[in-house]
Amino acid sequence: MRTAGIHDNRTPYYVFASGGVGSMVTIFGVPLAVLSGQLLIGVINGAFYALLSLGLAIIFGLLKIINFAHGAMYMLGAMATVVLFDAFGINYWVALFVVPVLVGLVGVVIEYFLLRRIAGQDHIYSLLLTFGAALLIQGVLTNFYGVSGLRYAMPDVFKGGMNLGFMFLPYYRAWVIAVALLVCFATWFMIEKTKLGAYLRAGTEDSQLMQGFGINVPLLISLTYGFGVMLAAFAGVLAAPIYSVTPIMGSHLLITVFAVVVIGGMGSIGGAIITGILMGVVEGLTKTFYPPASSAVIFLVMVVVLMCRPAGLFGKEA
Amino acid sequence: MKTSNKIVATAAALAVLAGSAHAEIADDTVKIGYLADMSGTYRDLAGPNGLKALEMAIADFGGEVNGAKIEIVSADDRNSPDIASSTVRRWVENDNVDMVAGLVASSVSIAVSDILEENDKLGIVSGSAASSITNEHCTPNHIHYVYDTYPLANGTASAVVNQGGKTWYILTADYAFGHAMEADVTRVVEANGGEIVGTLRHPFPTPDFSSFILQAQASGAEVVALANAGADTTNAINTASEFGVTQSGQTLAALLLFLSDVHALGAEAAQGIQLTTGWYWDMNEETRAWSDRFLAKTGVRPTMVHAGIYSSTTQYLKAVAATESDDAQTVRTHMMETPINDMFAKNGRIRIDGRMVHDMYLAEVKTPAESKDEWDLYKILQTIPADEAYRPLSESQCPLVENS
Amino acid sequence: MSRSDIRPDMGTAILAQQKTERRNRLIVNGLLLLLLLVAPFAVYPVFLMKILCFALFAVAFNLLFGFTGLLSFGHAAFLATGGYTTGYLLSTYPGLTTETGIIAGTAVATIMGLAFALLSIRRQGIYFAMVTLALSQLVFFFFVQSSFTGGEDGMHGIPRGALFGAISLDNNLAMYYFTLAVFLACYLLVQRIVTSPYGQALKAINQNEPRAVSLGYNVDRYKILAFVMSAGLAGLAGSMKSVVFQLTSLNDAQWHMSGEVILMTLVGGLGTLLGPVVGAAFVVNIEYHLSQSAFRDWVDPILGGIFMLTVLAFRSGIVGEFQKFFKKKFG
Repeated sequence: MRTAGIHDNRTPYYVFASGGVGSMVTIFGVPLAVLSGQLLIGVINGAFYALLSLGLAIIFGLLKIINFAHGAMYMLGAMATVVLFDAFGINYWVALFVVPVLVGLVGVVIEYFLLRRIAGQDHIYSLLLTFGAALLIQGVLTNFYGVSGLRYAMPDVFKGGMNLGFMFLPYYRAWVIAVALLVCFATWFMIEKTKLGAYLRAGTEDSQLMQGFGINVPLLISLTYGFGVMLAAFAGVLAAPIYSVTPIMGSHLLITVFAVVVIGGMGSIGGAIITGILMGVVEGLTKTFYPPASSAVIFLVMVVVLMCRPAGLFGKEA
Repeated sequence: MKTSNKIVATAAALAVLAGSAHAEIADDTVKIGYLADMSGTYRDLAGPNGLKALEMAIADFGGEVNGAKIEIVSADDRNSPDIASSTVRRWVENDNVDMVAGLVASSVSIAVSDILEENDKLGIVSGSAASSITNEHCTPNHIHYVYDTYPLANGTASAVVNQGGKTWYILTADYAFGHAMEADVTRVVEANGGEIVGTLRHPFPTPDFSSFILQAQASGAEVVALANAGADTTNAINTASEFGVTQSGQTLAALLLFLSDVHALGAEAAQGIQLTTGWYWDMNEETRAWSDRFLAKTGVRPTMVHAGIYSSTTQYLKAVAATESDDAQTVRTHMMETPINDMFAKNGRIRIDGRMVHDMYLAEVKTPAESKDEWDLYKILQTIPADEAYRPLSESQCPLVENS
Repeated sequence: MSRSDIRPDMGTAILAQQKTERRNRLIVNGLLLLLLLVAPFAVYPVFLMKILCFALFAVAFNLLFGFTGLLSFGHAAFLATGGYTTGYLLSTYPGLTTETGIIAGTAVATIMGLAFALLSIRRQGIYFAMVTLALSQLVFFFFVQSSFTGGEDGMHGIPRGALFGAISLDNNLAMYYFTLAVFLACYLLVQRIVTSPYGQALKAINQNEPRAVSLGYNVDRYKILAFVMSAGLAGLAGSMKSVVFQLTSLNDAQWHMSGEVILMTLVGGLGTLLGPVVGAAFVVNIEYHLSQSAFRDWVDPILGGIFMLTVLAFRSGIVGEFQKFFKKKFG
């Protein structure tokens, strides 16, 4: 049974013609099968957001630095993956480990030479400094690589996908969700539940005390920033086979990820992960029911959440 | 078209009368301003290499016209009507620029045409796609040279419908250009007996197409059409390839695709896609010869826009030489009277609405097996004659066209 | 026994210093005014008007950030609202005089500023900045979806119209002097605001908000008023810009524009009166001259570098550093 779609320019709603898998259950006019597919895609994108906002939340929660260069770090991860492959033949699996470390080192350099000079001042200046750094990095790379997008071939092992019945799921997307959630959980566990994490949290809360105990707090701070950047770069490596790799790919994503972190509560590590996935789902639902708004819906959510819960959903400070 | 002939004749007569008062090249210089996206998403289809094509045209013409020298200025409009309009304003109000070439983003061309009309200078649009440029946005001060969305929709959509793709799902970029493209495709598909089973408007731009491709697949339509441009199109094609859209039997129709896009995608991801183009580098001896020269200068093969810039600039300079004037109306009228048969266009002529009509071509992207080198990407399936391809003047909303 | 009896020379010395400072300021301002009056005969007037519009935008932003200490990341929304409103009215109602269109644009931007303020003023620091960013993104979305804005094509062909129905603004010189007059009026207005008791209260709130609260100031109301005025002036800048260029586009509503005004204000000198003006002139000039030179591809990285340098080393901006240098040299 095919129903003619309404393609009048005034009502840009998604209209479905049931030629697909025979599910007659519909929710607001969308069949369950399609909705399930959209929710799964939403969770996949959410895992991405979670990974990116985790890095931001760590950098802000522990270091009180508002890292507006986070999008650029994500971009560096993706670009490094492509460039290293083109120049040195470094494959995807090696890149997953090598690229975050390399970009993490860049982060450490940024922290040591730039951010350290304004440590202790109003957080706003960290925002402005990293914003300028992002402009610089993006601008320079645009000159060398243009913005048309570099191509990165999908690793052979991931080509193709599985038929889940309600949708066709590419193997790579399944991999993304698995590894992103794994890394998120591992990071959360390390920070909240291990001794290293405890030192980290203590060192950044009361550095003088920790320094008294013989812990090199400045080094800890640099490494923490580097670690947050590593998470962004890791997301960049994951992105290389499926998203267009351009010097400005992080620019739009940046404010979306910041929105996620703010909604979750800027101090909360676990909150960033949960909110990331949640926002991916919210966006996915919007893409199903009212696609033109899918880029803007997260800002609406941010305004509403901040009205009701000023510190965010899981935040501790106002 | 009798009416348009009458108009052209009258205009020509007036121009001859008026032309005698302007039969000179102001300040002994012909100044051409090249405006295009030099650093953004449309950089590769025109961009800095378009400037090289412009320079080739000037050099081939001899570097001067009737003793007057030819000067070039150029600027990056970054696809912003803001920057474009203030740049062109300065060019025509302050810097004595006579003709503006390039012009890629449709929003840029539309914004710039106001300024050109106010100051009575000439613009030759080579990169933009919107058919509205010679329709509701037409002015007596610009010419739309290479292509527009009308023949793209006409060519690709009717060909695909006639090959058996009766049911269509359209992914549209949610802005004026996308909507216009969607409207064009809908009209052509329905006129050929097809049916639109669904449309989806995605934000412009969109980095992640997974959700939208999924909805296109779920629709069960035989054809998934992409009414978008630039990065959106290439992203959608890549995602479609990842989700196995063509493998599971749906046809992918990209309505606006340039050689630079296909080259970036590669034959593997883009194989089998059907598209309409105004020109292709490997069509005949003439095109190959010019493309080899272009390749030597730039390192890449030319897109139809590069070739169009070369051709239109040459036509412009010829008109300036023939009329011995750089006055916009004089030159434009002469260009309208001169048929165009060169390396770029066959059966080409410029109509009263500024639209340059010429033969268009339906092409298909070769498979990796068929493609002998990185630029051997299209096979030309059929020629669409000039008179069939473009919007007929009888349907035009352009005030310059008298539709009785 | 009064204070001046204890140290009589100190009192007169301070008064004398204030008098010289005021005289110096008058001289500088006078020279600048003279320069501005004759400039259009040497420099392309539309370029100067661009500087004036952005200078006004930066002055508006500085009122909120420099003097009150509130970093808004959403000021582009006001610029665009002023521009689109004025552009729409002037395009649709040809009989409308130019100044009516501009006033209307400013009014709408002011109301929007009030809405933003009421929603965001309770938040501090980064949260405040993020809320303004989110609201501005929603405004951007509204403009993208509305057909009256022309979407990606922009609202173009806005008529310059006639001032008071009589003076045609199609002539660039006429438009320039009108723009200059509007700019000077706003500049003087901001100067009055900042030096008034209200302005002193803002500075007190900026320096130490809890103390201001304990002194009995209704801090929220002061901040809201500052926000509204800042938004209104930014809207006026947008309205003027739409008439000068006869075009308003989505570019004006994007968050990069908010970033650009932050750059101009910071580089020029946060919290000074002349700073944002100098900053706007500096950035517009650099953007233009670089784009004409061999470095045309390096505009963005260079601006990014200047931004970073300002934050790291020249926090007071051009004017601020100049003032510090002057004070050191001439005590």
